[in-house]
Amino acid sequence: MALEFKLTKYETEMLEGKHGYPRQWAIQQLLQVGRFFGATDFVPVSQAHIMCDTESLGPAGIEHLEHLASHDKSERTVSIPAVTDPRGMDFGVYKRFKQSEEFAMRERRATKALEALGILMTDTCINYQTVSPPVFGEHVAFGDTGSVIYANSVFGARSNFEGGPAGLSAALTGRVPRYGYHLESERSATHWFEVQLRPKTLSDWGALGAVIGKKTGNYWCTPLLEGDFGGVTSDELKHFGAALASFGSVPLYHMVGVTPEALDHGQSTGHLIFEDSPKIGPADLREIYFGSKSSVNVDVVVFAAPQLSLFEIQDVARILNGRKIDEKTDLLIATSPEIKAACDRFEITAQIEQSGAVLLSGVCFYQMYARELAEANNWKTLATNSAKLMNIISGYGYEPMLATTEQCVEAAISGKL
Amino acid sequence: MGDKVFKCSPGIGARVTGTALVASDNFSARYDLDRIRGVFSRPAHALFGESYVGKILVLNTAKGGVASSWMLLDMVAREMAPAALVLNSTNPILVQGAAFANLTLVHGFEVDITKQIQSGGCVTVDPVEGIVIWE
Repeated sequence: MALEFKLTKYETEMLEGKHGYPRQWAIQQLLQVGRFFGATDFVPVSQAHIMCDTESLGPAGIEHLEHLASHDKSERTVSIPAVTDPRGMDFGVYKRFKQSEEFAMRERRATKALEALGILMTDTCINYQTVSPPVFGEHVAFGDTGSVIYANSVFGARSNFEGGPAGLSAALTGRVPRYGYHLESERSATHWFEVQLRPKTLSDWGALGAVIGKKTGNYWCTPLLEGDFGGVTSDELKHFGAALASFGSVPLYHMVGVTPEALDHGQSTGHLIFEDSPKIGPADLREIYFGSKSSVNVDVVVFAAPQLSLFEIQDVARILNGRKIDEKTDLLIATSPEIKAACDRFEITAQIEQSGAVLLSGVCFYQMYARELAEANNWKTLATNSAKLMNIISGYGYEPMLATTEQCVEAAISGKL
Repeated sequence: MGDKVFKCSPGIGARVTGTALVASDNFSARYDLDRIRGVFSRPAHALFGESYVGKILVLNTAKGGVASSWMLLDMVAREMAPAALVLNSTNPILVQGAAFANLTLVHGFEVDITKQIQSGGCVTVDPVEGIVIWE
């Protein structure tokens, strides 16, 4: 028998349409999902992060946004701060990469509708680094797997994966159904791993996330990692979490001595006793990397997924060191509009562009109609330091290769990896 | 041979009948599909090259990625969607997407459903009753 779902007076009014169609649609969506997962009430959320690239939206999704945006301002305006995930096009360079006017028109239509709903077009998947990081125990509705796993694990915030329609619904109503990672009882570790190395590079951290993700492989699994991780950085945990969430659909991990719900082993496990702890070593990470012995021509080198921080971009510029990239290879770097502006201000953008590389603003590579990009630019082989991107992009027809940041830059310069 | 009935958790969408496409692999609309051509396009996927349009997809669980929650609506609108998703377990993204697109989705079996049904079989999915019938 289905459990009763308790609604407040305001929630009932939204469901009855007394606060307009957009909020009625939104709470109907949330209620369906909540009932599916056995929730019995909603939990208020403080901010929403909405995934809405137009390749995912498609014409049907854009029409839906426009329909919501056609309602009275009092009915359509989001009720909590709401920001956007990366978009499909950087209007500053889209013609250079032969993106179509049809796709450009889709972006313009979606942007107009989202702005009419009161959503802030931050166009970033690293909102936890660049917009407003959540705090411990804060319930949020984040809409990128990388942002969710970072918020849950590193900050101890509470979020499920909220895809575009759900993130938008959370923004319109200010609540999400209380299930999954909003519940303390669901946040204990379910798998224990002993990590016998300290990853050296960002791609190593991504590879470690890939290994753990493959071994867990389910949204309802929470890995606990023990090892000598001393002195981890935000970008390292960003790459680790993004890969873990991508390979395993995992929204939360604990890292003993690093993350706030794992100050010791017992805290993160709820004192559950594990019989076995797989050991992760260098050989496990090597399996994730590109293994060819002969050099391969590289069509495009991509730094993205997640968007790069200011420090990561500074590092790419340092490695480039004024050198020109190969004329047959493209080098793309994706970041948020805020970080792009900072790079402009610090003249990092100019250093990068002098090499022939492009610093993209407000996009992420796999959200840019990647299949059409490949066809238009004759891209097939792709080198990246992002294990997440490597995992995603083969379905779009690419042959991806994971390499370190240094190796990727050198590949862009020589045209080979 | 009589019908085989498998109990699952109540799901989302309407009762549908169709042809099963089965694999012990996972699912993401972004990671795995060429949604224009309507085929599995990820070379490493067990169903690589197979058309999924109009099929009842029987798979293990959801993959990472949030895009499926928008993509399912667009696939339904273009009549390039599967008829239903039948999964051992799911994640919120596919449920949010199914709710948004009014696509049938069930999960939560007592057995590994990918081991019980074979591709090409006729399958009925009843998300209200929480059953899947393999004829």
